[in-house]
Amino acid sequence: MKGCFSSLLMDSFPDLRTNLGDYVDHLVSFLDTTLEGFFDFIFFVSSRTINFLDDSLVAMPWWIFILIIFLLGWYFKSTFSGVLYGFFIFLIGTFGLWEDMMTTIAIILTAVIICLLIGIPIGIWMAFSKGFSNVMRPLLDAMQTMPSFVYLIPAIFFFGLGNVSAIFATLIYALPPVIRLTELAIRKVDKEVIESAQSFGSSRGQMLRKVQLPQALPTIMAGVNQTTMMALAMVVIASMVGAQGLGEQVLVSINRIDIALGFEAGISIVFLAIIIDRITNGIAAKFQKGVN
Amino acid sequence: METKIKIDHVSKIFGPKPKSIIPMIKKGMSKSEILEQTGHTVGVYNASFEINKGEVFVIMGLSGSGKSTLIRCFNLLNKPTNGSIYIDGEDIVQYKKQELKTVRQEKIAMVFQHFGLFSHRTILANVEYGLEIRGISKEERHAIALRNIELVGLKGYEDKFPDELSGGMQQRVGLARALANDPDILLMDEPFSALDPLIRREMQLELLDIQNRLQKTIIFITHDVNEAFKLGDRVAVMKDGHVVQVGTPEEIIEEPANDYISEFIKDIDRSKVFQAEHIMIKPNALVSIKDGLNVAKKEMEENGISSVFVVDRGRRVKGIVTIDDAIQAKQDKKSLEDILRDDFVIVKKDEYINDLIPKALESKYPLAVVDDEEKLIGFILRVHVLSGLVSEDVVESDEYYY
Repeated sequence: MKGCFSSLLMDSFPDLRTNLGDYVDHLVSFLDTTLEGFFDFIFFVSSRTINFLDDSLVAMPWWIFILIIFLLGWYFKSTFSGVLYGFFIFLIGTFGLWEDMMTTIAIILTAVIICLLIGIPIGIWMAFSKGFSNVMRPLLDAMQTMPSFVYLIPAIFFFGLGNVSAIFATLIYALPPVIRLTELAIRKVDKEVIESAQSFGSSRGQMLRKVQLPQALPTIMAGVNQTTMMALAMVVIASMVGAQGLGEQVLVSINRIDIALGFEAGISIVFLAIIIDRITNGIAAKFQKGVN
Repeated sequence: METKIKIDHVSKIFGPKPKSIIPMIKKGMSKSEILEQTGHTVGVYNASFEINKGEVFVIMGLSGSGKSTLIRCFNLLNKPTNGSIYIDGEDIVQYKKQELKTVRQEKIAMVFQHFGLFSHRTILANVEYGLEIRGISKEERHAIALRNIELVGLKGYEDKFPDELSGGMQQRVGLARALANDPDILLMDEPFSALDPLIRREMQLELLDIQNRLQKTIIFITHDVNEAFKLGDRVAVMKDGHVVQVGTPEEIIEEPANDYISEFIKDIDRSKVFQAEHIMIKPNALVSIKDGLNVAKKEMEENGISSVFVVDRGRRVKGIVTIDDAIQAKQDKKSLEDILRDDFVIVKKDEYINDLIPKALESKYPLAVVDDEEKLIGFILRVHVLSGLVSEDVVESDEYYY
């Protein structure tokens, strides 16, 4: 009698259960088994790329690396910036985190390169196809808002623990900005400029190569900057699936409650973030100047 | 004159189902009714006219009258919803992609209101663009581009970027870029509207100068009546997507098709549109030098005029005789040649009223109007100059008869 009454009031959620999570689980297992070769291929390519970058960065004499950072800072920003960035890198070395930093840089570089290879074409396609854009938009929203820990799980399924899983998770998180900004950049190219290219009888390919992409480049570079920063933001989370580098050191320090190590690794990430942000910004600004 | 472009019942409607609107306009629904009921915008409705080879054809109208929409039909940046556009006798609306590309690359070029320059390319690379698209070799397009940059007076600016140039200079680049393709037809969409008045006037003169040399067929859009009448060999006036009147500037001023056009041209500076031949009077009486004094005197008396031009056998003006002189000469037994006066003013038939005013003021006698072969074709009194400046016809004055 009492049960009947309370069900009339609908004060507790009815006993319904959808198994959406299970379906996703099945889908992931299904993909893992059927596309095994594909994932193996991706694993092979990315792990090779990371290892190659990591090895060559570590093998590079430390002062050459600092010199490169100085030159980048000097060329794209100012002499002072160059000196400052070089000093930051030197400081990270004095924390005993030189090799970890190189691994982190290698992971980020690989992730960013893959992001651009995938993201720019998708962005271009979205700019040309309203339909594709409408499909992609919610997907991009989901990629950005889904808590990043969640897609660590399928990453492990596909690629096991290690740097490649980290890259996969980083990709999903860092891809949206470069896609969005590429689409925006191409859409907002001045209408008269497009018309004038058309009026000369440009083909679609000529239009894209000679007019739209060059005009869009500064905004696309802003997207590259965003993507790089987000990739950097993922290093600690990615270390939970076995990524090495500075993120791993942060994780270790949490487990050991080691304030000293935590601060050193943390501030190193901040230094890297500053340097990468300022330099990619500087590159974008240089392009901007060239176009306007 | 050879017809270069002919457009035949061209309509352009914007909206999801443009074709479905055609019958509605045929029923006579207005632009705003159609917009309200169907959400479709009528850009151009049923425009038909012909453009001759080598002429400057101006399409004039206020903003929203459909002139920019219409000009974009000529190179199919806007594909007409209905109707045909013939260029050299071929209907370009029916063209396939490849044919259209060829026409755009070789026959038609366009100049834009806000220049439409490629900001990432140097001036040289901008001017080269059309040639690059056609696959012309680097050396050749380089040479052609340099020649055209020089033509528009920008020599020395090849390596600058568009944003380093002033508005007027940027539009010169736009013009050079369009001319580099050596098109038969030049579409100009309000090319000088974004420029300040001084630069605009300079560019107008320069365009006329370039046109004199190159003899392109130019379709020119403007909302400025004075610009339209200054540049246009013929002018089409548009309102609400309709072409209301097509004619030479003089025809439009003299016989505006409706009140809208009368209103439009109210502020026109007539002194810069009308030329001597439009306001002159064809002489009833011409006295030849061999006719002698008596004939001259008789002509003046019969026509009630106080002076008459005397011409030679080739109808060239020898001088002018006044009635007083003629009467005096009769008594003194002088000949016609003895009393010819030469302190009159000769004007060419294509001189603008603007330039005639000071001459009419200076001269005691009527102005003699001559054609290109120096033959006398008419004369102008001060009152004609004045009446040429106002739109209403002035009742014949008495100045003639004093």
